[in-house]
Amino acid sequence: MWRRSNLLLLPLFLIPSTLAMAQTTAAVAGSQPATQAQIAELQQAVRNAQTSGDNGWMLMSAALVLLMTGPGLALYYGGLVRRKNILSTMMQSFAMMGLVTILWAVAGYSLAFGHGNAFIGGLQHMFLRGVGLGPSEYAPTIPEQTYMIYQLMFAIITPALITGAFAERMKFSAMAVFLSLWSLFVYSPMAHMVWGAGGFLNSSGGHFPSLDFAGGTVVHVTSGVSALVTAIYLGKRLGYPKTAMPPHSMVLSFIGACLLWVGWFGFNAGSALNSGPLATSAFINTHFAAAAAALGWTVTEWIHNGKPTALGGISGAVAGLVAITPASGFVQPMSALLIGVLAGIFCSFMVFEVKSRLGYDDSLDAFGVHGAGGTLGALLTGIFAVSSINAAFGNDSSGKPLPTGVIDGHWGQLGNQAAGVAIAWGISLVGTLVLLFIVDKVIGLRVSPEHESAGLDLSQHGEEGYDFNT
Amino acid sequence: MLKIEAVLQPSKLDAVKDALLEAGIEGMTILEARGHGRQKGHTEFYRGREYTVDLLPKVKIEMVVPDHLKEKAIEAIIGAARTGRIGDGKIFISSVDEAIRIRNDERGETAL
Repeated sequence: MWRRSNLLLLPLFLIPSTLAMAQTTAAVAGSQPATQAQIAELQQAVRNAQTSGDNGWMLMSAALVLLMTGPGLALYYGGLVRRKNILSTMMQSFAMMGLVTILWAVAGYSLAFGHGNAFIGGLQHMFLRGVGLGPSEYAPTIPEQTYMIYQLMFAIITPALITGAFAERMKFSAMAVFLSLWSLFVYSPMAHMVWGAGGFLNSSGGHFPSLDFAGGTVVHVTSGVSALVTAIYLGKRLGYPKTAMPPHSMVLSFIGACLLWVGWFGFNAGSALNSGPLATSAFINTHFAAAAAALGWTVTEWIHNGKPTALGGISGAVAGLVAITPASGFVQPMSALLIGVLAGIFCSFMVFEVKSRLGYDDSLDAFGVHGAGGTLGALLTGIFAVSSINAAFGNDSSGKPLPTGVIDGHWGQLGNQAAGVAIAWGISLVGTLVLLFIVDKVIGLRVSPEHESAGLDLSQHGEEGYDFNT
Repeated sequence: MLKIEAVLQPSKLDAVKDALLEAGIEGMTILEARGHGRQKGHTEFYRGREYTVDLLPKVKIEMVVPDHLKEKAIEAIIGAARTGRIGDGKIFISSVDEAIRIRNDERGETAL
């Protein structure tokens, strides 16, 4: 109903697209449908602008996360092994880039993010059926395919992390089969439980609403615990621990670690699923935790051994990045510094003391850094999460944000986090053991002692990483 | 003809090479080696654990010289390489049965 008093609303129409509005104002008295059409067009333009910003950041983030695997992790792990195993170590990460992509497209995405039950998704999105360029329930401002490809990069790096535990002694064929199965039967269910619609641990409506921003439990606890299981199942490398097996190239590891640090901005800040202020929070927290943890590990090592090593520095940074992963979009920057320092000290302790005392050969400390760091980070998230950064649990009836973490007033969150961690440990322990057993019986997991001594580059790939003769 | 093998500290290579050239010895073969005598190694850290590295980098120079140049060669090497500390290295001398220049079949001392 347009009355003359409505003309007082005219100034509002002067704000955006002027020409269209100029045409409309003349006809305001009698053209309600035309005005509504203009408003609808405007709203669509605003949505397009937001999608443009968000999608740009998300595609960049997806690329950054892939960079973390190739060449970030490939170099980080590659430099830490002996020269005769450099190529095989890098091939393991690279193989994940190929294999997991195909599995994800065929079934992995559907199992993780499709609609099923509280523990696993359905198969409605097999072969990416129904996954188009329109928005999804998970990320309303970006195409679902962007969401899918972003999550794929997480699915790729998670099994690649496990390779650190069985470095230098696992058959390439067995590794490919084992990790492919792991991706479908451990990763996808865990991703579904934490992030999928109706998931058991989903922060919106899950049975134990868990705060896991970018995958502390989904990625790091699962890969870390699975790494421990694999390291123990496979047994120690020949000559461990008496023979010294120092990194053959700390230079490569250093480069890899720095690529991981930068790539992690895509891992954590991209998990905001938009390019707004939450992404900024996560970005800052990520960086602060990495820096603080590098310092924490370095100082601990300096006191413990008398000298700070480059390996300690970069391992510390990675430990901090792992620990902040679940917390990155929930905590304040000063909390991120604290989480980082704690992670640096705790993970260095796990690696220096616990590993040598218990005697398992977790070759590249996948458990010590990812398993332990992820567990610590998940629990600290429950303590330091505040609704002022991210009102993850919505608002109460009066419109006030519900408290998220312990310091926010929600003591029970620590219990929820513990539940998430326990489930991650459980599914990893059981799933990995079962899969290892099956693959071992069918193919055999470990290379022969002669092949292990000659090095996997030669025995598995018929190649040498370096040729110093030509 | 005598073969002179000298195991040296890598940092002394340039000085010894120059001293030998000045003494009139031009042909030599240089090898990168690892080893130790009575010299202890050093410790390195990996993941908080200390371990000893006792194969140390060395340089080995091999040359075959006419008999009359033996003392000049030894003086040149020792003059350039000696520091007085453990780890200076060693010189070994053995006799050589034959020497042949591949280019033109020259034999004996003229081939050196």
